[in-house]
Amino acid sequence: MLANNGIIIVLSLLLAVIASIMPMPLDVDAFRPDWVLIVLIYWSLALPSRVNVVTAWVTGFILDVLLGSTLGVHAAAMALSVYIAAVNFQKIRNFSLWQQALIVGVLAALYHLLVFWMQRLLTDVVFLPSYLYPVLTSIVLWPWVFLLLRKVRRHFKIS
Amino acid sequence: MNPIFKHGPSPQHRLAFVLMLSAALVFFDHRMGSFEGVRGYLQSLVSPLQYMANTPKQLMTWAAENLITRKQLIEENQALKINELNYQQQMMELEIVKKENERLRSLLASPLRSDTKKMVAEILSVDSDPYTHQLVINRGANDGVYEGQAVIDEQGIVGQILHVGTTSSRVILITDVTHAVPVRVSRNGTRLVANGAGRIERLSHAHVPHSADVQSGDLLVTSGLGGKYPEGYPVSQVILVRKDESRPFAQVLSKPVAQIDKLRYLLLLWPNKPTSIFAPKPSEKSTNQNDKVENQVKGATNASE
Repeated sequence: MLANNGIIIVLSLLLAVIASIMPMPLDVDAFRPDWVLIVLIYWSLALPSRVNVVTAWVTGFILDVLLGSTLGVHAAAMALSVYIAAVNFQKIRNFSLWQQALIVGVLAALYHLLVFWMQRLLTDVVFLPSYLYPVLTSIVLWPWVFLLLRKVRRHFKIS
Repeated sequence: MNPIFKHGPSPQHRLAFVLMLSAALVFFDHRMGSFEGVRGYLQSLVSPLQYMANTPKQLMTWAAENLITRKQLIEENQALKINELNYQQQMMELEIVKKENERLRSLLASPLRSDTKKMVAEILSVDSDPYTHQLVINRGANDGVYEGQAVIDEQGIVGQILHVGTTSSRVILITDVTHAVPVRVSRNGTRLVANGAGRIERLSHAHVPHSADVQSGDLLVTSGLGGKYPEGYPVSQVILVRKDESRPFAQVLSKPVAQIDKLRYLLLLWPNKPTSIFAPKPSEKSTNQNDKVENQVKGATNASE
């Protein structure tokens, strides 16, 4: 994992984790994009041999600890969403940036619904449409993150 | 290089493995609660991340506090002085009332209330997860924080300590769906339970009979039943009472008096003696064992009286 500048991958994941727990005003907070999911999807598309379902699960577990949710909830949702991207990486790579963004949106929606369903099983939470707002911001964010991370990957020659 | 032939288990196997791991974790964490101790260590492990995530906000606060004109400072100072004068005057009154109350209580042979130890804590982070209402504060086991400890702000009850790390700990807010506070109406003492509704500005009250004397605008204070929260701190204000006879119970909603979305500093309370027999033991991590024994002895003498 750490060979060939793999530390950059870990650093980008850590930054994404920090961005997803950074305190924000309440109104903006509902629109917080899924930083971790986007970064994980990028690496699993670009380097499927290095970033895989297990990486996603471990990152999701850290997120679980940080968010104080029941351990394993975000981890499972993250692993499942990244699995779908990782299995179809050859197809998704050939799509244009905006088509990829839509797929990321679908995966983000799946991620949020999975987390909601699991929370629903454990406690009686009620669904609010605002739980899916992050999907919109994630779609908008994907092209920028993709271009930035591709630049980073080429600059550090991560393979 | 990307290998043409992949090594290691296939993605399907990996997925099945991690999903089973997740299911096991969820089961042991949620149903059995076997991670309560481990959570503390995990919390300490990730607290550097939380401190890091908090830096931008702290920089902003620092800038906002330092980039201020002299005039603003003088105005603020004056306002604070006036406030302090008011509070001093109220303190004097309170002192007299407190003495009087103690005298009356001793006349009634009921146990005296003693001052509680307090500590100010600052908020490190608020959870972005919409399903849980929790936040992290910068006090931990090193400061003597214990699980189940009451947390208040200047207006009222905020929540209680959920997990304790070494330098930080996690607070569950009263608005979390899994949280409930025993309260009473301060006007007449009717007992209710305030359940979190998963929304910042809402608490719900289940199983309120139609005959209960609850009106919109009533202040609800902690009743001290259950032993987690000390008695008499404001919790919420009733905003809606709907007595529809076709339903089995009256519908009562209230709004927390603590400004839960605008918190910055919190106060941790250490009750000197358990408020009820169900009260949590003083933290086992605390070093002074004598204190604990003393408490128990005190409790025993109180009971014998």
